[in-house]
Amino acid sequence: MSKANQKGGQVISSAIRITGYSSILFVLLILFFLLREGLPALASTPLKSLFSVRWYPIEGYFGILPLILGSLLVTIAATLIALPFGIGSAVFLSEVAPPWLCDILKPIIEILAGIPSVVLGFIGILVFAPFIRRFLDIPTGLTAFTGAVLLGLISIPTIVSVAEDALNTVPNSYRQAALALGATEWQTIWNVTLPAAKSGVLTAVMLGIGRSMGETMAVMMVTGNAPVLPLQLNSLFRPVRTMTATIASEMGEVAAGSQHYEVLFFIGIVLFLLSLVINISASLVSTRSRGRAERLLS
Amino acid sequence: MRRFLILSIFVTVLLISGCNGQNTPSTETTPPASVEYIENKGSDTIVNLALAWAERYQTVKPEVRISVTGGGSGTGITALINGTVDIANASRQIKSEEQEAAKAAGYNPQEFVIARDAIAIIVHPSNPVDHLTLEQLSKIYKGEITNWSELGGEDREIVCLSRETNSGTHVYFLEAVVRMGSGEDKSIFTANALLLPSSEGIIAEVKDNPNAIGYDSLGYITDDVKLVAVSSLETPDMFILPSLETVNNNSYLISRNLYMYTLDVPTGAVKDYMDWILSAEAQQIVSELGFIPNIN
Amino acid sequence: MSSTVMGKAKTLQRIGFSLLGLITTLTVIPIIGLVLYIVVKGAPAISWEFLSAMPTNGMREGGILPAIIGTLYLTLGTAVFAVPLGVLAGIYLAEYAKESLLTRLIRIAIINLAGIPSVVYGLFGLGLFVLFLKMGTSILAASLTLSIMTLPTIISTTEEALRSVPNSFRVVSTSLGASKWQTVRRITLPQALPGIVTGVILGVERAAGETAPILFTGATFFLPQLPHSPLDATMALPYHIFIISTQIPGMPVQIQYGTVVVLLVFVLGMNLIATLIRNRARKNRQW
Repeated sequence: MSKANQKGGQVISSAIRITGYSSILFVLLILFFLLREGLPALASTPLKSLFSVRWYPIEGYFGILPLILGSLLVTIAATLIALPFGIGSAVFLSEVAPPWLCDILKPIIEILAGIPSVVLGFIGILVFAPFIRRFLDIPTGLTAFTGAVLLGLISIPTIVSVAEDALNTVPNSYRQAALALGATEWQTIWNVTLPAAKSGVLTAVMLGIGRSMGETMAVMMVTGNAPVLPLQLNSLFRPVRTMTATIASEMGEVAAGSQHYEVLFFIGIVLFLLSLVINISASLVSTRSRGRAERLLS
Repeated sequence: MRRFLILSIFVTVLLISGCNGQNTPSTETTPPASVEYIENKGSDTIVNLALAWAERYQTVKPEVRISVTGGGSGTGITALINGTVDIANASRQIKSEEQEAAKAAGYNPQEFVIARDAIAIIVHPSNPVDHLTLEQLSKIYKGEITNWSELGGEDREIVCLSRETNSGTHVYFLEAVVRMGSGEDKSIFTANALLLPSSEGIIAEVKDNPNAIGYDSLGYITDDVKLVAVSSLETPDMFILPSLETVNNNSYLISRNLYMYTLDVPTGAVKDYMDWILSAEAQQIVSELGFIPNIN
Repeated sequence: MSSTVMGKAKTLQRIGFSLLGLITTLTVIPIIGLVLYIVVKGAPAISWEFLSAMPTNGMREGGILPAIIGTLYLTLGTAVFAVPLGVLAGIYLAEYAKESLLTRLIRIAIINLAGIPSVVYGLFGLGLFVLFLKMGTSILAASLTLSIMTLPTIISTTEEALRSVPNSFRVVSTSLGASKWQTVRRITLPQALPGIVTGVILGVERAAGETAPILFTGATFFLPQLPHSPLDATMALPYHIFIISTQIPGMPVQIQYGTVVVLLVFVLGMNLIATLIRNRARKNRQW
């Protein structure tokens, strides 16, 4: 009995070990399949054409530059919108608000994290885009800006929760020391707590960027999807087409193995690599700072 | 409490695997043994029509189950080539290379003209512009005319709305309007044209936006947008509005056939269904949905 | 003199705090507004028939049963694959893994899995499950795709929950002669269970609301009957919302909002349950 038990324990222990490695396996699998389906695009489409400025796949124009820049524009704008609200709310929740208020506010912000992006897109297309057109008096409400506002909303919960965690890990002794030196709480926040949590806050921002860059449905529904090169001053208030929306709206149409199919997978590779860079640097920033904090405290 | 949680998780897992393992979920009555399935996929233009047919056909032949999916004409034909559907819907004709690909895969797609459709040009009801020549339309969509004042309207920027490139409507519009039917013309849409994922998106934006111009299948046009009369290249002074009559007498220019492609020469349930689609009963549904019945 | 400096600083602080409060209010109000707006617009559409009937008249009438059932199947399918894998992997990281290069690689891999855009998961699912493994667009392919997407959430929350169990528990158990697995199963896992369940629900909840990964792996526009096997394509609430808000002419607004309400209740309901479990566990915690 106990022997069988032991044996079962061993089986389970090795199963646990194997599943432990599964994440690596899945990342490699994802990379492998993206490369397998997407790399042939480099052979079938000359680089010059791939990085040209016109995207019109049904006539063989495969320039992905407008799509990359479109994604960048929307992401940057979304981050700029989300930053003050995200960081401000995080500071308020962690440093200013009394606990009972936190207990009310935090779940509400978590609700936002739970709202599916297709729901935000739905409200965007029905309510928000028409409002933007009238309010800003622009030709159409389906613009990069409309998408950026929705994306900002989507990335706020990520920014708030990660930044708040970072602020909470700043040792209370820092704050007490500053207050004892006669600083007001406000001065303490600005000059002591926030700088101490700097890298955690930076991580929060980067994860927020990653979240907005990868968002698909909301963006596809409200940005108008015109593959223009967004290089003009007013591009933010013009329609734009992102990489994610392009994949989502065109993948269904293409025959497996066709040039268009390969190029869409190639865009997938670009997205994968971008998210890789963002996430690895975000985690580097936070581990480096954790190392420093541990040194400081010891 | 904790034990209960573990237990409930296990039970759920078991339940699902049990559910999925069997072929009939418990929520449904077991279908008769002779039940037949037809997979139908393709054009978004046709999807609502196909849906209405599939629904009505349930009352005609309850033992036949038809599943309908949209996604665009290209999607449907691709699925046909891959052999994953029985009937593909397309708002354009199958291309020769698609025909080849299907043959290479061992299929022999058969074409059926199941209805006709006019592509209506629409603007906001407050827009004073009510007629355009084909050439003007082409220039608008090529980005050469960008302000309504050039067309006798107000001084407003034109917002061009188009369907996504995977729709047969887009391809048809490119060939018939942007290139004005000329095979040599290789011009394409302006990059500024908004590519909306669907017909409904175009109607919704035109309904709301006085700057917008869009094109859409006549079947989708609602009362809160304004139709624009269009003239042909040959008779640039005669502006015609799309209607049942003007499409049937070929005076309205921008009209086309709608197709269904079967995997092979249809037999059995698929044949019965195709026959029914061309019957008076089914063609009545065509006109109810605002398309033009195929009465040849 | 020093008192005026102090006074100025105090005023500045008051302004600063009000500003922060204002920013937070401006963040929270749209959320409440959004949810209330949707509920007010959609609630009148909700009826037993709406929830339990098949759609009719080109989905403009009748109910949304197939979409609800489809989302249930996808959610449960995701849980079937993701929960065992994710929980075991979390146990590995918390209880078995030593700090090594391999462990660091695993952590980097998890961070990356969490950051990969959902539409890229869709591409992957299409490439691996639908085409390569020939599952076709099916509940199975979509569930597998979604489950890989939810893995990082489940792994990290499981690990976190296990790590929050004080080490003394393990020490006592091992000193009484229990093996590693016995310690995990009898001691740490039960203690960490509420945290794990919370993580599982949050992960699966995200899967339930996603559209992009199922676009090319399992979602379909319309089915006249419920799916019969895991190899059937299915309707799903998020994709259904996308369709009825963009693809169908003359769709009654009420049905659109009603469908959104159903998805919101589904997703936020899971969220609420997760929060309740977490809070309850925090209160009952014995250490």
